[in-house]
Amino acid sequence: MEFVLTDRLILIGISLFTLITVAAYTVYAERKVCALIQQRVGPNRVGPLGLLQPLADVIKLLLKEDIVPQYANRFLHFLAPVISVTLALTGLAVLPFAKDLHIADVNIGVLYVLAVGSIAVYGVTISGWSSNSKYALLGGLRSSAQMVSYELSMGLAVISVVLLTNHYFEGTEYLRLSSIVDAQNGVWNVFRNPLGFLIFTVCAFAEANRAPFDLAEAEQELVGGFHTEYSSMKFANFFLAEYIHVIMGSAMITTLFFGGYLLPFESAIMGMGVEEGSMTLMFLQIGSFLTKTFIFMFVFIWVRWTLPRFKYNQLMNIGWKWFLPLSILNIMVLAGILLFL
Amino acid sequence: MVEYIPLIILIGLALFLGLLLTNLSALAGPLRPNRIKYSPYESGMDPVGTARDRFSVKFYLVAMFFILFDIELVFMYPWATQYKQLNEMGPFGFIEMLVFVVILFVGFIYLLKKGGLKWD
Repeated sequence: MEFVLTDRLILIGISLFTLITVAAYTVYAERKVCALIQQRVGPNRVGPLGLLQPLADVIKLLLKEDIVPQYANRFLHFLAPVISVTLALTGLAVLPFAKDLHIADVNIGVLYVLAVGSIAVYGVTISGWSSNSKYALLGGLRSSAQMVSYELSMGLAVISVVLLTNHYFEGTEYLRLSSIVDAQNGVWNVFRNPLGFLIFTVCAFAEANRAPFDLAEAEQELVGGFHTEYSSMKFANFFLAEYIHVIMGSAMITTLFFGGYLLPFESAIMGMGVEEGSMTLMFLQIGSFLTKTFIFMFVFIWVRWTLPRFKYNQLMNIGWKWFLPLSILNIMVLAGILLFL
Repeated sequence: MVEYIPLIILIGLALFLGLLLTNLSALAGPLRPNRIKYSPYESGMDPVGTARDRFSVKFYLVAMFFILFDIELVFMYPWATQYKQLNEMGPFGFIEMLVFVVILFVGFIYLLKKGGLKWD
């Protein structure tokens, strides 16, 4: 696709709007799924089936008092939610939604996603420290240590994907996300590198601070963790950021391991008269990408309401003593196998 | 370079949205200051001591180990992007990284034995 700025601007508008709306409805979906798992009904008062619940929540939070605790560092206390939500939204930029449909398919796409994910730690750390409250500080410390620990294994899992891309992609830019998707034409990476997929998925859970890794906001011991001292829309920002991380994590799992926008049974679908480069194909690809992403979002929710939380020492042990060596081993084994292919 | 223009626009827009959302409540919500409401949360009690207390040195260690291992990780990216090309004349690329990983593992085992990652 040649570069047309107006097209990209329209795409930015549509995708940002979609992302925020989907994030709001993920909260709804989470409450509904959780209710199903616990044999309850879930939200059903606002609108048909409770479908307007997210809207009601936003309005409620919007009209709440914005409290800054007495001893807090006011500037940092303000900055932390801004960082969280901004970084969560920027990860979207490099995702390929369909063939040649992306906001900015830069040649270091994977590194960009990892970098944005790393900076997100600041949002958590700063909010924990600046609140000047014991619970917030502990939550912030815990989750920053957790996030950096799992980032290592995540980066290593991504390296195994880059190795595969380097082997299968006929081109030169192996860190581009669309190259990674192209390299999966025929066989998805999850079949070539199942261990990498498992490691990446678990790390995505840890990065999003989701159960069973939600030590940052372990309600029973830390009240709310790093966002204990936040109210109103500032609190909503952390909430929004968490759900966008869930969406982005699912989208990254899809892109790196499940062929992104590639269609399953592509030859059969192409045989039914869908032309290369047609609008139909584009919408099919967008549909394929979104479907896979939604499936993983469901897995995120499902796991949260199924598994109990880890203890902190278990969490760190898994991250450092199991996942780190395992992911390095995975890379070496994969590299060894690729020598003979 | 032209690919980066929409990226920068998106970052700008995201920053704008972040600032907007964070400020909305201050504009739309009520403001009823109250000394007790503004005190740090501590289960409804008066706060004891300060939150700027000393905390476990383990967190600091984890941050340092992270930096060490993250640098190793950064070394592996250029290797991974050139893996096929490095192996055109025999398994040079593979053996090279094997040596690197073995050295890394020696350090890792030293770290484990020293108890640097012991949490309980």
